[in-house]
Amino acid sequence: MRIRILPVIFVFLLTACGEPVARNTGAYLLLDTSGTYSQELDKAEHIINYTLTRLGPSDSFAVARIDTGSFSEKDIVAKVTFDDRPSTANRQKRRFSEQIAAFTRSIKSSPYTDITGGILQAIEYLNEKETGRKVIFIFSDMKEDLMEGYIRDIPLELDGFEVVALNVTKLRTDNVDPRQYLDRLEGWKTVVEASGGNWRVINDLDRLEKLLGH
Amino acid sequence: MSFDQFLSITPSPVLSGLIWVVIIIALLYLARSMVHAAIHSAGGVLHNAMRIGSRSISRAEARLKERNKEVLLAAGREAKERIIEREFERVGDSVDKDLSKYPALRRRLNEAIARIDEDHQNAIDVPPSPPGWTKAVEVVAKIDAPSDYMIGNILADIHKSLVKAHNQAIEEYRKASASRHKILSGMMPQWIKIQQTLSAVTKNIDSLLKRSRAIDRHMKEYEDIVKGTDRAVQTLSSSSLVQFFVSALVLVVALGGATVNFSLIARPMAEMVGGTNFIGGFRTADIAALVIILVEITMGLFLMESMRITRLFPVIGALPDKMRVRMIWVTFTILFLLACVEAGLAYMREILLQDELATSAILRGDTTLMVAGDFQWITTAAQMGMGFVLPFALVFVAIPLETFVHSMRTVIGVVGIGLLGIIALLMRVLGNVFRYGANFLQKLYDLLIIVPLWIEHMVVRKRNGSASQFKEVSP
Repeated sequence: MRIRILPVIFVFLLTACGEPVARNTGAYLLLDTSGTYSQELDKAEHIINYTLTRLGPSDSFAVARIDTGSFSEKDIVAKVTFDDRPSTANRQKRRFSEQIAAFTRSIKSSPYTDITGGILQAIEYLNEKETGRKVIFIFSDMKEDLMEGYIRDIPLELDGFEVVALNVTKLRTDNVDPRQYLDRLEGWKTVVEASGGNWRVINDLDRLEKLLGH
Repeated sequence: MSFDQFLSITPSPVLSGLIWVVIIIALLYLARSMVHAAIHSAGGVLHNAMRIGSRSISRAEARLKERNKEVLLAAGREAKERIIEREFERVGDSVDKDLSKYPALRRRLNEAIARIDEDHQNAIDVPPSPPGWTKAVEVVAKIDAPSDYMIGNILADIHKSLVKAHNQAIEEYRKASASRHKILSGMMPQWIKIQQTLSAVTKNIDSLLKRSRAIDRHMKEYEDIVKGTDRAVQTLSSSSLVQFFVSALVLVVALGGATVNFSLIARPMAEMVGGTNFIGGFRTADIAALVIILVEITMGLFLMESMRITRLFPVIGALPDKMRVRMIWVTFTILFLLACVEAGLAYMREILLQDELATSAILRGDTTLMVAGDFQWITTAAQMGMGFVLPFALVFVAIPLETFVHSMRTVIGVVGIGLLGIIALLMRVLGNVFRYGANFLQKLYDLLIIVPLWIEHMVVRKRNGSASQFKEVSP
């Protein structure tokens, strides 16, 4: 009997000690601080706080601003990897929320909008964290405006990433010609999906339950 | 060869078809005896196979029934032995208790009787003795001088003295009677004591008699079980089924309790072992909580075994008494510690919940929920109480578990017997279906070749008719 049980125990131990599957979530929120969009930051704070309530222990979250050159660690406003223990994770959430509140109060508008640079930074951050699920939120009107000399025509590695555009507001020119707005969104969708990512747009901020939903 | 080719052997397809039909019927007619034999043998083989199978299953059913009966009787015998053993223990305890008090009881009775006897002696009524000089009065009265003044005076004096003496005697008699009554009334407590003592004795004897009657009844049932009578088997079987369902119901209730217990400790367990670690697809915190509950149930089993309430592990029951008592204390201590841990975890759960609610409220910008309610302590205390009590409640799972395990053997046997009976019946029915199916197929075959059969019949009839005519003419 013992001879029969031993292989079963051995197999169980091998299964138990195998490579752990990552089940945590990594979220990276890009915050557009350019021009008139900086007036939307109250909504962004609300979304960030909601995202915090949906994240749990071992999840990672970072908030970065989109400015003239967004491919930089300096643009990360706040970042956190929640502790394994729920009580510590709760304390971290509160601290994070305070950091974001302080940031939104002291923000300065940026002249250019480097969304691609921000996405590149998000990919780098989330890949480093090795989370099971990787979500990039872009809180922007999705109108990229690069400073002369900045090269962003580079392929993105978005395989396994979800890219969610939030609160994509219409510009004055979009009102004149709505095709610009639709083309803009379609353009980003094409870029994300061609890079292996999954594209979503959420404009109705009253239904945030879809934010981290599948 | 296609179907059209078959119909083109003559210019007319109908004629071709008819020719083919005739050929086929002729072939079928020629092969009739062989086909009949084949159908008959196939039907016979299948019928026999089913019959043999059915018989074999019936034998297995009988063996299982016998085995089940043995199991049932053995279980019943064991249970009855336990009951009788327990009854004898009670009788022994009762006798020990009462007989040990018997000398004291006897002494008390003797003392009471002696006291009553003494009081009785003291209370004997002594009539007052008549005055000795009354005879002198009679003599003076007989003096023949009725008018003598002296005699009158003497008699008056005597009368006066007599009245005085009489009053004194009556007074003394009253005093003596009062003291006797006092003694008699003093006897009452002794009488009551004797009555109470005798009532207690009667009660004990009645209890013993009742127990002896119960033992007689159990012994009668035990004898029936030992003899293996049908009545005993039937009683044990129905009792076993009832026990099975009742214990299953109680186990379901216990499972509910264990689930509540689990939900109480799983959440705070994440604080101790981490909320995101997984073992084989399950959260480590959940596994840890489950392990705690299972350890509690195991300790409960050991406790019940050590107390000899259940008998699932004979090794524990056979341990020396000293060791058993130690085991009782060890298991109880572990259970107590686990109950304390659970109460602590339940308290922690409430704190974590409040913390989480407060964080969510802050993040939502909602300040109304941040103020804790005045009655918060009630839910906290209730959770702690449940965390402490449930481990002890789970201890009693051992009793229905033992009943469930024991009765399950019988129930599985009964279900097995039923299934085997149904299979045997189905095989028997199927065997008959094959048998009569073969006959039916033979008839169906004959229906296809009814024309040549009819011709054959006519020919045979004609030939038989000629033969009989020939027979009639030839003599």
